[in-house]
Amino acid sequence: MEFWITQTFNGVSYGALLFLLAGGLSIIFGMMRIVNMTHGSYYLLGGYVGLTVIWKTGNFVLAILAGALTIALVGLGEYNAFLRRLGGQELGQVLTTMGFALIFQDLGLVIWGGDPYTIPAPAALSGSYQIGELFFPVYRVFIVAVAAAVAVILWVVLEQTRVGAMIRATVDDAEMARGVGINVPLISMGVFALGAFLAAVGGVVAGGFVGVYPGADFEILPYAFVVVIVGGMGSLKGAVIGSLMVGLLDNFGKAFFPELSYFTLFAPMAAILAIRPTGLFGRA
Amino acid sequence: MIRHVVALGLLVLLAATPSWAQEPIRIGFLTILTGPLAAPGKEMENGIRLFMEEHKNALSGRPVDLTVLDTGGTPAGTLAKARELAEQRKVHVIIGPLAAFEAYAIAPYVNSQRVPTISPSAAADDLTQRKATQFFVRATSTSTQPTQPFGTYAAKTLGFKKVATIADDFAFGHEVVAGFQKAFEDAGGQVVQKLWPKLGTTDQGPYISQLRKDIDAVFIGFAGVAALRFLKQFEDAGLKGKIPVLANQTAVDEALLRNMGDEAIGVVSTMHYSAALDTPANRKFTAAYRKAFGTDPGYYSVGAYTAGLFLKQALEKVRGKVEDTDSFLQAVRGVAIADAPGGPIRLDRHGQAVHNIYIRRVERQEGRLQNTVIHTIEGVSQFWNYPEAEFLKQPAYSRDFPACRFC
Repeated sequence: MEFWITQTFNGVSYGALLFLLAGGLSIIFGMMRIVNMTHGSYYLLGGYVGLTVIWKTGNFVLAILAGALTIALVGLGEYNAFLRRLGGQELGQVLTTMGFALIFQDLGLVIWGGDPYTIPAPAALSGSYQIGELFFPVYRVFIVAVAAAVAVILWVVLEQTRVGAMIRATVDDAEMARGVGINVPLISMGVFALGAFLAAVGGVVAGGFVGVYPGADFEILPYAFVVVIVGGMGSLKGAVIGSLMVGLLDNFGKAFFPELSYFTLFAPMAAILAIRPTGLFGRA
Repeated sequence: MIRHVVALGLLVLLAATPSWAQEPIRIGFLTILTGPLAAPGKEMENGIRLFMEEHKNALSGRPVDLTVLDTGGTPAGTLAKARELAEQRKVHVIIGPLAAFEAYAIAPYVNSQRVPTISPSAAADDLTQRKATQFFVRATSTSTQPTQPFGTYAAKTLGFKKVATIADDFAFGHEVVAGFQKAFEDAGGQVVQKLWPKLGTTDQGPYISQLRKDIDAVFIGFAGVAALRFLKQFEDAGLKGKIPVLANQTAVDEALLRNMGDEAIGVVSTMHYSAALDTPANRKFTAAYRKAFGTDPGYYSVGAYTAGLFLKQALEKVRGKVEDTDSFLQAVRGVAIADAPGGPIRLDRHGQAVHNIYIRRVERQEGRLQNTVIHTIEGVSQFWNYPEAEFLKQPAYSRDFPACRFC
């Protein structure tokens, strides 16, 4: 029993971390259909900026905000200068965003050096809650809370507000949206920036848990794509369920069949896509 | 006037001494400056740069021409750069590379090209055991050179009976664990669980929660960011202070330690060096290193610096005549230094360093974490206490050897 509770909790908290990352990609790739290979870099650079801010100020909340806003601006620049012109051209998008990912990788190395760092979490978030024989690290609980908050906010904004309706209209049919007077370029820019913003939030939060280090960008990127594709393109619900599923599968796979941990993660993914090619909650 | 002419004549005469005296000694340095291994690669470069600066870019009266190349961290890249060094730049000696898989890729090549190569970092046992070559020597430990004595120490001195191991799932991790396990079990201990997180495992949680509850200690064999993550998550899981952590040579290396927090305090580890080692030679080395780079030297920088010391001594023995490859190689293979930063060091007949192994404990001193030396094991050979012939007859240490009899 103890084993199941601990592993489930681990899986859920890792899934929450993946959601912070995949939530942004779900918007950029799932909704806007931009194949964004730079997404992992937003995560890594967000972590680095957060690290610098926390070194200078010691304020964790400020680190998250500064990291996220900086990366949102970076994403905005990349979108405006390059990606906007490449709508619908997957090959061009892949090449451009891959190029940016490599540039950002070098940039990170030049500015922050190659050392691995951990973002020092505030004292309130370290340690663990103990219930009987079980330990629940506070930081993992915090990650779950942040992910849940982000999911709720996204859902409310996208489904319940006027801006959300405009976003959905823009994504579904840009021409018609323009016809009814929606400022499509502005909305698209905003949506892209939001995606980058979320990735960077994930980067700073993850920095206190798995560290900030060169190579993190490409380590995490495949997981984000898996979550979005399996959950279903453009579906927020899909991203939530997909993240939890990947987190749990990864965890139990490593616990039960450590030799086969990639198999136990990716075989179910393949099975799902074979049965439902659009993912769990995807629309055609 | 006449005096000036004589002086001028003397100058001309001096300038006309044998041409090799002014011809530079060409040294090729292979490291990794891009990608995930760039940080250790930079440390390695720091080590050799400091050495060259201290010697004003001259050894045995000849100027030194140092070429630093980035291998990119791939075997193919390393071989290409080794070729460039040997065939185009015609270097007399190579120092490098960083990783074991890189060393395996170039060892046969440098041997065929007859370029003496000093490894400052690449640790795979067999490079100086079953696959040793004449032209490849090592100024650092093999993978298991520190972990074998540590296994004996854990059983005999620390009195641990049951230990679990957790290490990166690649050759280096397999070797460090195997060496520890062999010596630990030969001294009466039992390794009861072996866990292998894949390289790049983001979340160590699933492994930490699998650790058996009845163990006396856990042995970790990590290189790089995994160590940082493991210790943090180990503490978060409420295990710090309950289960002692024993670490291999890289897990709490100075390069990582400076980015760790209190979670690392108390970790006991094993290596052929510590920046906190209190000897005159090391005090001088660490002071110079700190002044130049602002950080403590560690595994990679001390390896490169020691490789420089090897080179210096060998060159002095042949009076700078590096062109005489046979005598130079003989001099390199005969190196014995009394006061290297890590203490006395010499090479055995396989070209492998024989040196002290230090058992260290992480402590906080003057606000910084350091590896305080708590025990010294002098003159440790790569074969530890095992007879060489017997050692070489057994299979190479790996993921499956020795088998986990008590799991």
